[in-house]
This record gives sequence, C-alpha cells and structure tokens, in this order.
Amino acid sequence: MRSYDIVIIGGGPAGLAAAAAAKKSGIDSILILERDKELGGILNQCIHNGFGLHTFKEELTGPEYARRFINEVEELKIEYYLNTMVIDISHEKVVTAMNREEGLFEIQAKAVILAMGCRERARGALNIPGYRPSGIFSAGTAQRLVNMEGYMPGRKVVILGSGDIGLIMARRMTLEGAQVQVVAELMPYSGGLKRNIVQCLDDFGIPLKLSHTVVDIRGKYRVEGITIAEVDSHGKPVPGTEEDYDCDTLLLSCGLIPENELSRGMGVDIEPVTSGPSVNESLETNIDGVFACGNVLHVHDLVDYVSEEATTAGQNAAKYVQGSLAKSSGKVIKLAPTGGVRYTVPKTIDVDRMADELTVRFRVGNVYKNCFISVYFDDEQVVHRKRPVMAPGEMEDVKFKKEKLASYPDLKTITIKIEEA
Amino acid sequence: MYDIIVIGAGVSGCAAARELSRYQADICVVDKEEDVCCGTSKANSAIVHAGYDAAEGSLMAKLNVEGNLMMEQLSRDLDFSFRRNGSLVLCMREEDRPNLEALYERGVKNGVKDLRILTKEEVKEMEPNVTDDMVGALYAPTGGIVCPFGLTIALAENAAMNGVEFKFNTEVENIVKTDEGFELTTSQGVLKAKYVVNAAGVHADRFHNMMSAEKIHITPRRGDYCLLDKTAGNLVDKTIFTLPGKFGKGILVTPTVHGNLLLGPTAIDIDDPEGTNTTREGLDEVIGKAQNSVNNIPMRQVITSFAGLRAHEDQHEFVIKELEDCKGFIDCAGIESPGLSSSPAIGKMVADILKEKAGLKEKNDFIATRKGIVDPKELSKEEYSKLIKENPAYGNIICRCETISEGEILDAIHRPLGAKSLDGVKRRTRAGMGRCQAGFCSPRTMEILARELKMDMGDITKSGGDSKIIVGIDKDKL
Repeated sequence: MRSYDIVIIGGGPAGLAAAAAAKKSGIDSILILERDKELGGILNQCIHNGFGLHTFKEELTGPEYARRFINEVEELKIEYYLNTMVIDISHEKVVTAMNREEGLFEIQAKAVILAMGCRERARGALNIPGYRPSGIFSAGTAQRLVNMEGYMPGRKVVILGSGDIGLIMARRMTLEGAQVQVVAELMPYSGGLKRNIVQCLDDFGIPLKLSHTVVDIRGKYRVEGITIAEVDSHGKPVPGTEEDYDCDTLLLSCGLIPENELSRGMGVDIEPVTSGPSVNESLETNIDGVFACGNVLHVHDLVDYVSEEATTAGQNAAKYVQGSLAKSSGKVIKLAPTGGVRYTVPKTIDVDRMADELTVRFRVGNVYKNCFISVYFDDEQVVHRKRPVMAPGEMEDVKFKKEKLASYPDLKTITIKIEEA
Repeated sequence: MYDIIVIGAGVSGCAAARELSRYQADICVVDKEEDVCCGTSKANSAIVHAGYDAAEGSLMAKLNVEGNLMMEQLSRDLDFSFRRNGSLVLCMREEDRPNLEALYERGVKNGVKDLRILTKEEVKEMEPNVTDDMVGALYAPTGGIVCPFGLTIALAENAAMNGVEFKFNTEVENIVKTDEGFELTTSQGVLKAKYVVNAAGVHADRFHNMMSAEKIHITPRRGDYCLLDKTAGNLVDKTIFTLPGKFGKGILVTPTVHGNLLLGPTAIDIDDPEGTNTTREGLDEVIGKAQNSVNNIPMRQVITSFAGLRAHEDQHEFVIKELEDCKGFIDCAGIESPGLSSSPAIGKMVADILKEKAGLKEKNDFIATRKGIVDPKELSKEEYSKLIKENPAYGNIICRCETISEGEILDAIHRPLGAKSLDGVKRRTRAGMGRCQAGFCSPRTMEILARELKMDMGDITKSGGDSKIIVGIDKDKL
C-alpha cells in the first residue's frame, strides 16, 4: 500500500491552501485527491469577480483566485491525482480511492485533511409541491451549464432562495439574455451577501420577495409556470397571496450542505447546526490526525476565509505528523454560542495547543442592527464590539490571543452572544 | 401485421410481452412515452405484497399470492433487485383487533404462508422504531420490496432479447376492429395486429370502451410520496403498514431495495390521467401520518417527493380477460395495487389466454435469463479493480452520491431498449437518484448521452417529449 504523510480529500480552495501550508511547514509527502478533471473546485465555475479582496487586496474572478493557489501547489511540487474519487476512509486513515488508470487503490495516511466542500440543497429537501418537469435546476448546476459549458438552461426564470449562488445567477442569466422575473426567499431576510443583493438584483431591477416561497410548479415535460405565495411567521403559505409566473425555469438557491458522507463513514462526529465535523482549536476532529476545513466544515461566505482556515488546518496537520502538535492536557475550554449566535468553529479550545492567535468563526440566526458581539470568559465580559449590521448570510468572527487565554487558568466556558444596545 | 400489439410498456405490458415472447409470434409493445416504465409503474410503493389484503376469491388475491411466489425466481432469472424483508400491519387500537384478525384470516384463506399475529412486545423487538401507540401487528414474512424500474426494465429487455419490438413515442389514438384483427391509429401511423392487449394503465378504460358495449371506468387515484436519504434507510427493516382504512393501506414506511426510506402514499381521486403533481396537502399528509406509525423519522433527510397514479377500476378488481363482444381484444386493466406484486402472474395469465386463443407455439430458442447492469459496488475490491482495468470507464465516477460510473451509464445506453434521456439513465443506473438529485452529475450525464447517441446537447431531454434540459447557447437571444 502506498503511503503519504498527509492525504487531502478535495482539490478546491480549501484543499489547495491546506496543501500549500502543510508543505511550507516542512511536510514533503502530501497527496491531494480531486474528483474533478482539474484543481480549483467550484471556483472554476464562479467566473464573476469579487474574490480575494481580503487575501490579495484585489478583485479576482473565481478561476483567477483558484489559479493563484494551483500555481503555488505546482511550484511547491505537491502531488495530486485528478479524476479520482475517494470512496472510503477508514478510522485508521486508510483512504480507498479509484480512477480510470489505477482502478481501486488504498493509501495509508498519517494525517487526513477533509476538504470535500458542500452541495446544494435540492428541490426534494424543500418539499416543493407540483410537477417534476425539466427546467428545475439548482443554481450551481445552472452556473456550470452557463459558465463552463456555454448552454442556456432557460429563458424566463424564477429563482427560489437568495443564497449567493442564486443572486449571482440572477445577474448571470440576465446578462446572457434571460428574463429573471423574481427572486423569492422563504425567510424574512436574504441568505446572501448584501453586496450581491445590490449588484445582482437591485442594479438589474430584479425584485426580491422576502417571506415568499414556491407553492406550485406546472408543466409535465418542461416548466410552464410557477406559483409563489407569501408565508407566515411559521413559513406556511398564506392563502390568497398566490402569484402566478409564466416561466420555463426555476432555479433553487436554498442552502448548501457540507458533504460529510466520507467523514461519517470514518466515525467523525458531525455538528447538527453546521452539518460539518465538530473540531477543536486545531481544526482537528474527534479522530486524532483528521482535520477539516472549508465548506465541508461549515459553509463560508467568502473564499478568503476558506483559504485562511485551510492554511491553519494544513499547518496543524503538519505539526501533527511532525509530532509537534502538543498532546491535549485534557484541559479544554468550551465555546458556547447563544443569544443569536448559531454555532462556533471551533467548538473547543485547548490553550496549550493553540497558536498565538485563534480566529473563532460563527454565523448569527437573524438580522441584527446596531447590536454588539459580546464575549464572556465564564461570567466576565471581555469583548463588547458594536456591529452596525449582522445577517445570517455573512460570517462573523472573534479573535483570541493565547497570552490572554493563558491568563485565565480556570476558564471553563467562553460564551459568545449578540446583545442589544 | 403483427400477431399481437400490447398497448402500454408498464410493468403489466412488459410482463405480458415477456411471457408472450416464449412463443412464436410477432409482438409489438407500443407506448406514448419515450421509455418503458413511465406511468404508474415508475411511481408506487415498490412493494411486493404478501397477499392478505385483497378480497378472498378475487383475481387480485390469486394473482398477488402467485406473483409474490414467482418474484424471487424471476429476480434471479432477470437480475433485478428484490428483497423479502417481511411486512407488518400495525393495529393501533384494541377495538380494531377484530380487523387485524380478519386480515389474518383473509390472508390464510388467500394462501399467504407463515402469517402471524404479534404482540406489542414482539413488534417492538422486531422493529424498535415502531410507535408505542400500537397494540400488536400482523406479520407477513413473505412480504417483499422490489425495484419497480429494475423489474419493468428487466422484463422489457428480456422480451426484446426474445424478439419483441418496442415502439416508443407512439400514442394510440383510435382502434378499429377489422376482418383480420385490429387497426390502431397512432401518433406514428397505422399499426395492425391480430390481437391487442390493453395494458394502458390509467388509460385502459378509454381503449376498452372503444371496443366494448360493456363500459368500465378507471379513476386515476393519486398517491404522494416522500423519499429519504440512505442515512435514514435503516430506521425500519420491514415494511410498516397500518390497518387499512377507507382509502387503501394508509401511509406506509418502508426501506427500499436500494436502502432509502420511502413514505406514502396518499389516495386522492382525480380526473386527469396525467396529473402526477404533488400537492402541499398531500405531502403534509404523508409527513404527518408516517410519524403515527414510526418514531424519529428524520424529515430533514427527505431528498425528493413524487406522485404516482393508481388505475383504480370501479369494482377494485383486476380485469384480465378477452372482451366478450370483441374477440381478440384482451383487457389487462384495473391494475392497481397489488399490481406490481402480481405482475409476474399477470403476464403469465395474459400469455395463457393468448396461447389458447391464438394457438401459440413455444419457441425452442427462448432466452429465459437476462443480466442487468453490473453494479461494481457489489464486487470485491479485486474484481472491481479488474473491471476498471478491463474497462476504465468503470473508474470514472459520474454520480457522486450513488457512486455510479461512466461504465454503468454506457451500459444503460447501449443495452437493448437503452436509455435515451436523463431519467432513462437514472432509472437504469440510479445516477442522479441520490441526495443531490442530479445537481452535480446531470451536465456530465448529458455529455455522455450526447456523445454516445450522437445527439446535439440541445436535444437531450429529462424524460422525452418537450422535456429538453437546455434551451440554447449563451447570448443567443441577445
């Protein structure tokens, strides 16, 4: 059986950044396994700009952003296999994969970095009633067809869900000559970035109907029409508010789901809120030497943060292989998200193992204006930071210094919550 | 002039065609859709009923029990997925116990083997996730689950291997009795046959009534279903029914042969024989009632919902016979549940009728077995690797969720009656049937279909007809 120090599952932005970081931390034996025919992951179909503002201080397209990392991986001479599907990872870190050339093969890894990304929530998961004709696409599938294959999935479009891909596709379809009639969003707020609402909807006069959902799909062979209706505070359609749209296409942008089938299979604990692995300060799962980063860990808003997080995961995996990642003393601080904070990544902090600074990322469960992010070390408030706007579509973070945490030797719980002014 | 035309390429029509293909006869199956298994046969509970439900002495009861007995051997001969997982009918209230016992008695009289009435404790031991709000259950170990696509496609392919012709996109518009037999006016021209088998599902009454003074009436009875991810497939092992109410068997909860969990169906009588739309009320009913019989159903794991139509004949009985007032026209109508379970026996009954009427002679070169598409996941690692070495397409995974390779898709396209659409590929291989519901694989499957069938990408459909996936190229209307 071939063996590598670090095997990285997925060659998208997370896998690439993790690989580069691990290599620069002194690990030579690294293998990236990518199921697609090229590296870069979903960035390859995100041909709009706006990537890299944080990382490179310039606006790149998705493929350009990916290319910077691919170039780095090439320059660092990191090995990767393309068109290779991982079908199983054992608890003992034996990775079973397959491709056309080699058939089925196994790789023994010392450390594994999970970087498989996420998938889109499909129509069935939304229980949208109606017929099942062609013309219903997840926004990402439509994005691939338009941007990578050059095909138009439809001409008259209704979009359900205001996730970022849906917003981006509203603009994209319009620019390619389609008529986007409306974006309906079940929630009373958008799931996407504010800048995307402005640049992709407002600038093109596409209405966004909050608290609306699709209640019927017509057409036996091809979509012929969609009915949307307003929903009440429980998400139930309000009778009498139905509006019919003649259209041939329904795009769905109703959330992303981390793809953790492999993680579950190897025994990684999954958090119900994020659907991603439960990780500690080292981005390590409950299995020693198995790390996670990127959208497989939790769905991110900006790829810049994926790269940052993956860099940390790569560095920690390298330390783990080198034996320099301190063993846990067992003294662990729990992070407690509450009061509007839906989750935190990581879930726990072991001060002995953490770097000089640690970023804790989270999302809020509602729109908050002029509220505060408050952090409590047990009962003591240590952060009270005002934020003009917080929304579920945008990630938030707080940073912790090792020095500071070390000065609280008895600290058990760090509570992060949103507080009114 | 054909000897026999079968109208309808659902499970009944294909079972009849397969049985008839044992004999020396020119047979043609016509269907208005682009593929086999596009109507009632594609959207149902996928259950092989034990046979305790149907009225004692009915044709339904007889064919159900016979079909159930035949299914296992047939699944080996024709290589489709079937599992005898057993079924439970829950009795929810003490006062309903007489109905449970009556069901037991009926089952015994219908010839169902090994039926037992279980205590509440026995049920809980067998199925820990079943509700505590039940007082006992009827256990039928002979109950089973089947892949309805696998069964129908296997029957059709085997029929085709034995010389049966299939004409798709061929809608029968009118039928006239002639001196030689029948003239069928179709959307593809006139077809002639000495005998006609009417296996047209929800449309069977229309053809029957064209030919007979004794009218029958079929009501499309819609059933909504929810299908859950494979992570939920182990919640129950047996098929869980509750005691029948006025509209059929209530909401069942069952594993599928592929390891998903299926909930359904509702029973709504409608007018439109093409009305396969789900409704909010229907899905709410499925989700609500399913939880009455099984605890902890993870509704967040629903990956798709769909509706199917049962061909409910007013007398709730299979109508399988030659018309008294139109000799040579054989009805195979009113085939609703337990139609899928009965299909092997239905096919044989139709063939027996025609064998006698038409004096059919057996072939000496009938091919009784058929190999399905190889599922590499059922091979050992060594065999799997060897398969990829021999044909690298098996190492190219197209559908991530179900781990379906290009090799399987190529086989689905190129075998007899091969797939021509995304749904055709899906029903044959399960590509696109997983948790992402074809989000990732549909563009890749389209490419393969276009390449292999030498079609333009723009002509690839989801399910034939006007169901094209893409409508043009970027900017073409700017």
